[in-house]
Amino acid sequence: MERAHQYALSGYLIALADDELVLGHRDSEWTGHAPILEEDIAFANLALDEIGHAKLWYELAADLLGEDKTTYPDRLVYFRDAAQFRNLQLVELPKGDWAYSTLRQYLFDAFEALRLEALSQSSYTPLADVAARIRTEELYHLRHSQAWVLRLGLGTQESGGRMQAALDALWPYAQALAAPLPGERDLHAAGIVPSSADLFERWSGEVTQFLAKSGLQANLQSPVSDFDRRTHSPHLPALIEDLQSVARLDPEATW
Amino acid sequence: MYGADVEQIAIQLNEDPQKLADFEARIARGEKIEPGDWMPAEYRRQLIRMISQHAHSEVVGMLPEGAWITKAPSLRRKLILLAKVQDEAGHGQYLYHAAETLGATREEMLDALLDGKAKYSSIFNYHTTTWADNGAIGWLVDGAAILNQTMLARCSYGPYSRAMVRICMEENFHRKQGQEMIILYSQGTPTQRAMVQDAITRWWWPTLMMFGPHDADSPNSGVLIRWGIKTRTNDELRQEFINQLVPDLQACGIVLPDPDLHYDEASGNWRTGPIDWDEFWAVLKGNGPANAERMAARRQAHADGQWVREAAAAYAAKNQMQVN
Repeated sequence: MERAHQYALSGYLIALADDELVLGHRDSEWTGHAPILEEDIAFANLALDEIGHAKLWYELAADLLGEDKTTYPDRLVYFRDAAQFRNLQLVELPKGDWAYSTLRQYLFDAFEALRLEALSQSSYTPLADVAARIRTEELYHLRHSQAWVLRLGLGTQESGGRMQAALDALWPYAQALAAPLPGERDLHAAGIVPSSADLFERWSGEVTQFLAKSGLQANLQSPVSDFDRRTHSPHLPALIEDLQSVARLDPEATW
Repeated sequence: MYGADVEQIAIQLNEDPQKLADFEARIARGEKIEPGDWMPAEYRRQLIRMISQHAHSEVVGMLPEGAWITKAPSLRRKLILLAKVQDEAGHGQYLYHAAETLGATREEMLDALLDGKAKYSSIFNYHTTTWADNGAIGWLVDGAAILNQTMLARCSYGPYSRAMVRICMEENFHRKQGQEMIILYSQGTPTQRAMVQDAITRWWWPTLMMFGPHDADSPNSGVLIRWGIKTRTNDELRQEFINQLVPDLQACGIVLPDPDLHYDEASGNWRTGPIDWDEFWAVLKGNGPANAERMAARRQAHADGQWVREAAAAYAAKNQMQVN
C-alpha cells in the first residue's frame, strides 16, 4: 500500500474506532440500570463488543503507522483531548431513555452492517479480515436492536410515542452518516473503502422501510448535516473527562 | 423407621415424620433434592430466602463496580470490568431461575427487594471511592464469596448446587483480576500504592463481616446444616479466608487495619481483633453508608423500565393473538 494511503487509512480507522468506543461507552452506562436483567446482560455485551471493535481498529491503525499496537490504543483513548476525537455526534449524545438508546443502536448498527459488508471486500486484506470478523458480531447487534425497535414501535401507545420522539431527535444526527470519513475520497478511489454516500443511500432506504413497519415515521425533510467529525456537542468533553479520569490521575502509572 | 429427633422436628414443623425421615436419609446418602421431590416446607422457605438473597446480591452488586466501567484506566481493565459486571447480571439470572424452581416468581422476589423486605449482601452498602476499590472487591469480596459458594456447590438442592458450580468458575476469574490489580498497584507508583492501602483498609473489616454473625449468633445455621444446605459454619469459613488472605496481603506490603492481628502457632490460625458487630447489624438494618443510594438506584431502574416491560408484554400478546 502506498504511504499516503497508509496514513489516510489510519485516520479513517481511528474515526471508525472512535465511533465504536464512544457508542460502547454510552451502552455501558446501562449496566446495572436496564429495564430487565436480560438487557443488563445484552447491553453490557454490546458495550464489550463495541469497545473490543474499537481496539481492533486502533490496533490496525497502529500497524499502518508503525506504532506499538500494545500501547497505541490506550494512548489514543486516554491521552487525546476531546477535540481530537473523530466520532459522530450521533454516538456521543447522552443515553436518554431506553427508546433513545435502542433506536440509536439500531440506526448505527444498520449502517455498520452495510459498511462492514463493503469493508470485508476491501483490496487491503488486513482490513478486509478485521471487518469480516467484526461483522459476525455486529449482525447479532442489528438483530437485537431491530427486535427492540419493532417491539417498542408497536408495543403500547406510550412506547410508540417514545420511539417516535427518539427518532425525531436522532434522525438529523443520523444524516451525518452520509459524510465521508477522514481520507475516504482517496481511499475509495483506490478500492480500499466504500463511499459513505453510497452506503447512506442504501441505509436510508432499508431503515425508513423498517421504521415504517415498526409504526415510525422518519422526517425525510431533515437537513443533511455537513458534519465533518471535528465538530462535537458539549456532551463529548464531559464523556472524555469521565473516561480519562483515572488514567490521568497518574500518567506514569501502569494500570 | 426414624429417630426420636426426627419425630420431634416433624411435630415442630408440622410435617409427616416418615416423609421427613426419608428426605433426611436421601440427604445423608448424598442425593440431590430436585424441584418435583417432596421437601419440608421449611427447607423450601429457607432455600427461597437464601437463593433470592443471593440473586439480589448479584443484582445490587452490579452497582458499586458498575459505576467505574466508564472510568476504567485502560481498555483491558474496561473490558475485564464490563465482563465481570455482566457475569454478575448473569449470576442473578441463574439464581432467580433456581429460586423459581421452588415456586417463587421473579416478580415477587423483585418486589420483596424493592419494598425493602428481602435482604442482599451488606457488603454492597459500602461506597467504591477510588479505582483500587475494584481490585479490593475482586480479591477480598469475591474471594470471600467463593468460599461460601464452593460450600453451596455441594448443597443438597440440585438446582442451587449446579448454579453454584458455574458461578464459582466465573468468580475465580473475578478474584484473579482483583488480585492481579492489587499486586500490580502495590508495586506501582506512590499514588497507586496509597490507593491500594486505602482500599484494603476500608474493605477488610466489611469483608470479614460477609461471612455472617458468629456461629453462636447465627439463628438459621442449625437447620441449614442438618439439611445439607450449608456444610460449614460462618466462623469456619471466615477463619479459612483470614488464613488465606493475611500472608498474601502482607507480602504486598499492605498493612491490615487490625492492631490485634497475630499468628497463633498452636492452632496455625491468624487471629484477628474483635469484629464490630454493631456496624454489621446497623448496615444490615439499612443504615450503612450506601443502603439508601443502592435501593434508590434499583427502584429508579425498575420505575424507568416499567413502560418498556409493559410494551414488551403488549407486543408479545399481540403476536400471540396473531399466531393463534
